[in-house]
Order: sequence, then C-alpha cells, then structure tokens
Amino acid sequence: MTKPLLKVNNLKKHFPVHGGILGKTVGHVKAVNDVSFQVNEGETLGIVGESGCGKSTTGRMLVRLLEATDGSIEFDGKELTTLSSGEMRKIRKDIQMVFQDPYASLNPRHTIEKILSEPLVVHGVKGEKERKRQVHEFLKIVGLNAQHAKRYPHQFSGGQRQRIGIARALMTNPKLIIADEPVSALDVSIQAQVLNLMQDLQKQFNLTYIFIAHDLGVVRHISDRIGVMYLGKMVEMSDAEKLYQEPLHPYTQALLSAVPVPDPEFDKDETVLEGDMPSPVDPPSGCAFHTRCPFKMDVCTKEIPEYREVKDGHYVACHLYNETSNNDITNQKEEAFT
Amino acid sequence: MEKRKTILDVKDLQTSFFTDNGEIPAVDHVDFHIREGEVLGIVGESGCGKSVTSLSVMGLVPKPPGKIVGGEILFEDDDLLKKSEKKMQKIRGNEIAMIFQEPMTSLNPLFTIGNQMTESMLIHNKKWSKKQIHKKAVEMLQLVGLPRSEEIMKEYPHQLSGGMRQRVMIAMALVCDPKVLIADEPTTALDVTTQAQILKLIRQLNEKLNTAVMLITHDLGVVAETCERVVVMYAGQVIEEGPVDKIFQNPEHPYTQGLIKSVPDVRKKESRLHSIPGNVPLPGTIQQGCKFRDRCAFAFDRCFNEDPSLYQTSDSQKTRCFLYDKKEGANLDDKTITQS
Repeated sequence: MTKPLLKVNNLKKHFPVHGGILGKTVGHVKAVNDVSFQVNEGETLGIVGESGCGKSTTGRMLVRLLEATDGSIEFDGKELTTLSSGEMRKIRKDIQMVFQDPYASLNPRHTIEKILSEPLVVHGVKGEKERKRQVHEFLKIVGLNAQHAKRYPHQFSGGQRQRIGIARALMTNPKLIIADEPVSALDVSIQAQVLNLMQDLQKQFNLTYIFIAHDLGVVRHISDRIGVMYLGKMVEMSDAEKLYQEPLHPYTQALLSAVPVPDPEFDKDETVLEGDMPSPVDPPSGCAFHTRCPFKMDVCTKEIPEYREVKDGHYVACHLYNETSNNDITNQKEEAFT
Repeated sequence: MEKRKTILDVKDLQTSFFTDNGEIPAVDHVDFHIREGEVLGIVGESGCGKSVTSLSVMGLVPKPPGKIVGGEILFEDDDLLKKSEKKMQKIRGNEIAMIFQEPMTSLNPLFTIGNQMTESMLIHNKKWSKKQIHKKAVEMLQLVGLPRSEEIMKEYPHQLSGGMRQRVMIAMALVCDPKVLIADEPTTALDVTTQAQILKLIRQLNEKLNTAVMLITHDLGVVAETCERVVVMYAGQVIEEGPVDKIFQNPEHPYTQGLIKSVPDVRKKESRLHSIPGNVPLPGTIQQGCKFRDRCAFAFDRCFNEDPSLYQTSDSQKTRCFLYDKKEGANLDDKTITQS
C-alpha cells in the first residue's frame, strides 16, 4: 500500500476584485473553490481543465507561490500553509516546479551552469567544484552534455530549454515535482521526447508528479490518476483508465468528445458543448456546470453537488449520481439524448 | 470524387528573409493547390514555413526583411505576385480572406465589432448603402452562431469571450463572400470545447457557402477531423501531400509517420510514446540533400548528396523521399518502411 505524500483539504483561493473610484473590493474571483485530493508516493496525478478552471492556481498554492485563502496542504506529514517563509524554503527542496514556458522561465542573462547551481547554493551545497560536478551530472541525465553548461538560454531550442527546466527541478533531489503544462509550448515530436524523459526520470528517482495540462491525450499518457477541474472545483477524479473508459461527469464526457482525434476513420460522438465557461467572479448557483450541461435537472440550479466517491476510487460531483436519484440516471440520460 | 476546378495554385513558391546572417529560405520551392469548395490542411511544426506560405499568398510578407524570390501564386489563373499593391487590396479580404490565431490581438480594441465588421464592406462594396451593409453584417454574425447579434455590433472586443471573438473574426472574413478563406491556426489559442465549436462552424460554413478553406495547423487531430486533403510541411518544404484518409492510414514520408505516431491518443494509452530524435534544423543550415535526413532512421548516402523531389506515389499522394523514387526500386525492398 502506497502512502499519501500530499494531502490537500478544502483548498481555496479567492482573488479580490477591486472596482469603483475608491478601489473597494467589489467581489472575489473564486479561482479555486474547495478542492481536496491526495497524491500517493511515486504516482502521477494529472489535473486537467480548460483555461480559468484553477488548475495552475492550485499548483502554485502547493508550493506557496500563492498563499491559499483557506484549507490545508499536508506534505509528508507537515502542514505547509502555516510554515514561516524560512521553513517553507527548506521544504521546497522536496517540492519543485517545472513551468510551462521554457522561454520565460530561464533567466536570459545567466549561463545554464548558474541557473542549475542556484538551487544548490540556496539549499547549502558547499564547494563550487561539487556544484559543478552535479550540474554536469544532471545535464547528462536530461539528455544534454557538460559543454552546454557554459551556454545561455537563447542558444537552446524549446525542447532543450524544457530539459534544462526539468534539470533545475531535479537539482535538489525532490520528492514531488509539480509540472504546470510542461509540454504545451512544444511541438509534437519534441513533446513526445520530453514526456518520455519525464517518465524515465520518475522511475530513476522515484518521483511523484502532479502534472497539470489541458491536453487530455498527454495527460492520459502520463498519469496514474486524473482529476478534472471546472470553474475552481474538482468535478471528477479517478484512475486514469477508468476516467477515459467511463467518464461520469457530463463535463468530462464533453471534454473527451471535444478532443480532435488524429484518425479520419474514427467515428466520433458529435456532441459539441454549447456556450462558454461562466465568469468565476459570479459562478452559477448550484452546480457550476448547469448552464452548459445536457442533463440539467431542477436540483442542479439550486444545490451544489457533493463531491463524493461513487465507485471504488472514482469521485464525482454531480447530482446524477446521488443515491436517491440513482435509479433515474439511465432514464435521465436516455431522455436527454432523445 | 468529382473534378472541381482549381482555384488557388501555388507553384514553386520561394519566400526568403534577408537578415544579417544572410538569406534564410523560409518557404523553399513550395507547390500546392486548392480546389473550389475544398478544405485543405497545411500541417507542420513551428518554423516549417506554413504561416509564411499563407502570408505570401495574401501578399502580407513583411518586406524588408522578407521577399518572395520566385514562383507563382495563381488565383483563378491570375498570378497574384504580378499584381500591384492597389490590385492586391481589391483581392485581399474580398476574394481571399484570412483569419488569424489570436482572436484577442487581431481585433482592434478601440472600435466596436460593428465598426470592424463593416469596414471591409465599405472598402470593397462601394455601391452598397450603409443600411445594406449593416444588415449584411448582422446576418453574418447570426450565421456564425452569435446570438443577440444586433447588440454585439455595438460591443467592443473585450466584452466577448475568446470563442466569440474567433466567431466574429470568421464572420468578418466571410462578409465579402471570399472564394478562399485562409485560417492560420484558428483554434490554437482556444480551449478544447471551444475549439470543437469553431471547427464545427468552419465545416458548416464550408458546406453552406462553398468557400474553399486553407487550414493551417500543427494539430494532426484538427486536420483529421476537418480537412479533405493535407499538405505536410517540414523545414520550408512540402514533404508529403494527399487525401486525409490516405495520409493517416498510410503515411509515406518517415517524418509524417513519426509525427502521427508521436501524438498521444486520447483513445488508448501507450506505454511509451514514439518520438522523433533531434530537433528541426535551423532554416538555411542544410544546403543540400534531404532536410529530414539527420532525424531519419532510413537515411542513406543519397539523402546527404541530392535533393529529393516530390515523387508521385499514387494517383493522389506525393512524397518527398528517395525511398519512393523508382530508381531506388532495386534496394527499396530492404528499406521498405514497415508500419507497426
């Protein structure tokens, strides 16, 4: 039995919105609104959703690049939200982040050696020689070589830069890596290289990943479990294969059918979701998805569906799966389709 | 398939950028054509020259540093490259229209949607009254599926969502009934569910209005779902061309094969993704020979010494690879690419 490395409970992040001439707070963007999940040691948890669903905000709160408004983050038995910044810095040795844009996340004025040895300096690795040795070692691990240490970021291609970003995250020998859209800026052929590298490293260093992405194909490929977010809430979470074979939440179903399949012969379900994601400043009452949901019921506009386990390890927040209305599900669905 | 007239025929197009480091051929002898009412996909990774190709067709290549150094772009048998800027203006937006990747930046934030919708009609249809133009604009907005189109005419771009803005862009492009619509990565900046909406709209409009569409994208999934024919580009060249079903079932060029295999498929989980080793060569670095040779598993001597031409491998499919040269027939057997 693997033990949970990270436990997140009722995490919230509300950004104040200022307005009027006096700049008073007129509302809140509920970027992340009551999200709970846990990550087991050595697994990859994928978090998917469309822009504005709060997936990146969640990732950033875990390393406290953003302070959570409410909720708890327990990492390796320690509560992170209450730590002082000094203590948090020590913890960051174990939680590292890989960012989306390999162009913006490396300092253009620093050589690769400087970029990669910085985490070592911060975390107290003494001796320049030792640091240099480690930099060279990790460059080799991510598929570059020691000569690259003398160069600057602009001398590398996008794929190589992302390898450097990954090497930087690995320098402190972390337990958990949060990768926020690490391959979405890369071309398909390069994307595959980086994904394969990340899988190899996971085995080699026994890493735990939280993989944040919008591409469902990529997420399926790399994840053991997947959580789907919509408008600041986790709407479904399950084993990766189960989620793709039997998506329960109507949003997950719509999301999966929207992905273009690279096969002209493939006969696709043509249901296209109407409308846009509502504003997180003023989310719809009840279930946030009810404005676009093909299975909308009366209760959906009034009550927030509870996020609960409906099958073994399969969590979903949808009124369709309430025990009381369980018998009606099939009827409801059939009705909606006709 | 019925024979449709070729409406746009690009022949041997060469567009170069002249920089401090010398001439960089971004589009390197590119040939392709679009028939009336057809949806043609142009697919390739960043830097393959697909966008510069479309800008060349529109006559929008920034010069300097860019310049079209050779070739022909025949639109209804008329060479666009020989036309004066004044004549091009009559064609651009009227006969050939374009939509861009970023619906956020390609609309002017200071003008209302109505203002921007009617602009091209005011330029191209001088005989129309203001009322007629307004009516047409509202109709177009309805056609692209925007509810309350009268109100949207008075709104500013920031009041609309990304998907709505892209719909406005499409309406704006189609308002003069162009014969060809060039869509440069129209859904790249959008979310998947919005992307599905826009792709569906493009397919519907293509059927309804019979506008030929040149869809430029990096996403093979988008191509498979939307296009009839596809042109695959790599390092400024067309390396494969053919009907969509053939290209996906039986890709011939090693690059196309690798590209299709490296897309993670939502329908199944592979234990390991196929990846193409190495990187796209910088433009201009490979002077002679096949541009893909350094990343190709099948490269042999000839790939380094000679430029492969686009070999016709079947009625409808063409491939730029020596493996399909009839002269290579003798040793083709041991090099035949197995599809696994």
